[in-house]
Amino acid sequence: MVELARITKSACRTPQGLVGLVLVTFVTIVAFGGPFVAPHSATEFVTAPFAQPSGDALLGGDVLGRDVFSRLLEGGWLLLILSLVGTLLGVAAGTVLGIVAAYFRGFGDTLVMRSVDVIMAVPELVLALVLLSVLGPELWLIVFAIALSHAPRTARVIRATSLDICERDFVKARRATGVHPIRIMLSDIGPNVSTPVLVEFGLRIPWSIALIAGLSFLGFGLQPPDPNWGAMINENRIALIENPWPVIVPAFVLALLTVGANLFADAMGSAAKNPTMEKETVDKGAAS
Amino acid sequence: MSTSTHAIAPARVTRRPALRLRRAPILRLILERVAWGTLTLLIVSFLVFMATSVLPGNVATSVLGNLATPESVTSLEEQLGLNDPALERYWQWLTSAVQGEFGSSLANGASVTTFVVPRIINSLVLVTLAGIVSSLLGVGLGLMCAVYRNRPFDRVISGVVLGLASMPAFVVGVLLVVVFSTTVFHWFPAISTIPPEISPLSDPTKLVLPVLTLVVVTVPYITRMLRAVAIEALESDYAEMAVLKGVSTRRLLFSHVLPNTVAPIVQVIGVCLSFMAGGVVIVEALFNFPGAGSRLVEAVSARDIPVIQAITVAMTVFYIFINVATDAIALVATPRVRFPQS
Repeated sequence: MVELARITKSACRTPQGLVGLVLVTFVTIVAFGGPFVAPHSATEFVTAPFAQPSGDALLGGDVLGRDVFSRLLEGGWLLLILSLVGTLLGVAAGTVLGIVAAYFRGFGDTLVMRSVDVIMAVPELVLALVLLSVLGPELWLIVFAIALSHAPRTARVIRATSLDICERDFVKARRATGVHPIRIMLSDIGPNVSTPVLVEFGLRIPWSIALIAGLSFLGFGLQPPDPNWGAMINENRIALIENPWPVIVPAFVLALLTVGANLFADAMGSAAKNPTMEKETVDKGAAS
Repeated sequence: MSTSTHAIAPARVTRRPALRLRRAPILRLILERVAWGTLTLLIVSFLVFMATSVLPGNVATSVLGNLATPESVTSLEEQLGLNDPALERYWQWLTSAVQGEFGSSLANGASVTTFVVPRIINSLVLVTLAGIVSSLLGVGLGLMCAVYRNRPFDRVISGVVLGLASMPAFVVGVLLVVVFSTTVFHWFPAISTIPPEISPLSDPTKLVLPVLTLVVVTVPYITRMLRAVAIEALESDYAEMAVLKGVSTRRLLFSHVLPNTVAPIVQVIGVCLSFMAGGVVIVEALFNFPGAGSRLVEAVSARDIPVIQAITVAMTVFYIFINVATDAIALVATPRVRFPQS
């Protein structure tokens, strides 16, 4: 936790991290605060389809005549929550797999890593599409598909770091004295991989957002008539010439969010690699 | 090795071991990767088959659509062999797939191979073009950024590149459509209306925006990697020595710096190409490009299992091929690995 605070503070001090943080905060406020200030309901028919922006509908009407501005304000929060939960699950699963594989080596390690290779052989979007085609566009399935796409890659990264830690003397000593493996993994390896895990989490969130928005764009994510930035881009594409706003604004907001998240995660990654003070390996169990 | 044995043994004895060492590692690597790749392919196809075959009733119902009555659904299931045990069905599928027969589409009864192959070729055209353009652009930009490192040019390009790298492919595509097709300029068509049999090369304007989207999404990675590796090469001892000897900048770049960037760059390009295999799905859907990706989306909507399997297998083959090729090229480009110091 101290480490997280330190990296976040260092990241905020860089111009790129600051810009990223501002963008992400702005979009998050729009997404979560939006539903409370939306002038109309997202499913209410307010004007003619693809009507031009007017006093009543600030960004005009969408394909069915609903208020684009209200749909924009209400179309973000679910996207963000699903991405967060999916990334969390995926990174957590990948971390556990990576640590276990690194600790036990041998057959278990090979099995885990080869399975990881198999899952990574299919492009993530295709994997998600196949899953969604089988069971339908359920929300929990979307989260699962996202977790499934993050777990293998996280597992690889964390395994590399854990292998390094497992070679250290204090871990070897703990193993030699017969401490239970799970205890070692939790108290010795865990805290030492916390930084890479956090950085991985930060770097993967933009990809989750892109994946859910992309799935919604293709029609497989969150279903109509619920508003959703990805779906809005798709359903309003046909009349780009009449009223471009229902397409441009969600795309722009998505761009701001992903760019900001990436900038900030990048800044966090650089801060993690350049410690301002010597970071000592956490060695909680040594005294006991 | 050669200098120490040169005075003692005749030249031909020292030549043969070098030849064996050169061929063996690459061939062995390729064979090993191909073997693992085939195993991966089998497992992936099996998993996809199992996943899509979990609910046979839905397939029959979605095929029959409005005509679905309980009797017709059961008879269609019988006809399609959906009631046979899953393993038996998989084995049947596998044996015919190896011969190039991927069954018939559940949606329109046509042979999957005949109408999926032209689409796969279209997608390959798209990915190859995008790969070539983004490699050249990425290498060029990265090299210039390395040469002018930390100066305004570098900072601007690196910043823009970082921004572009973060945006999802369809956002980039949509913004490009808005700029070049509908709102700002009217240069390129927003969607393509070519039927799949005709090669997209016959109407290049329809290729521009999809290729541009893929390029914009992948160039950042190539630029960043090349910049990092080129800076490392430029700041190395041998580059300094070359400059002290009076080597021209162009020769320095092309004879000393670039050859040392080949291995990492080829790997990054490989990663970008395999990323494009997935990215092409969204880009094709966005631009209505008649490729394998858009066909996959249609097949998923219709739960057209044979088509889903065929295209997924094709994408996996592509991924494995790219992996093997990039590893082999990277190995060829790194003599240090081929001729270990004795």
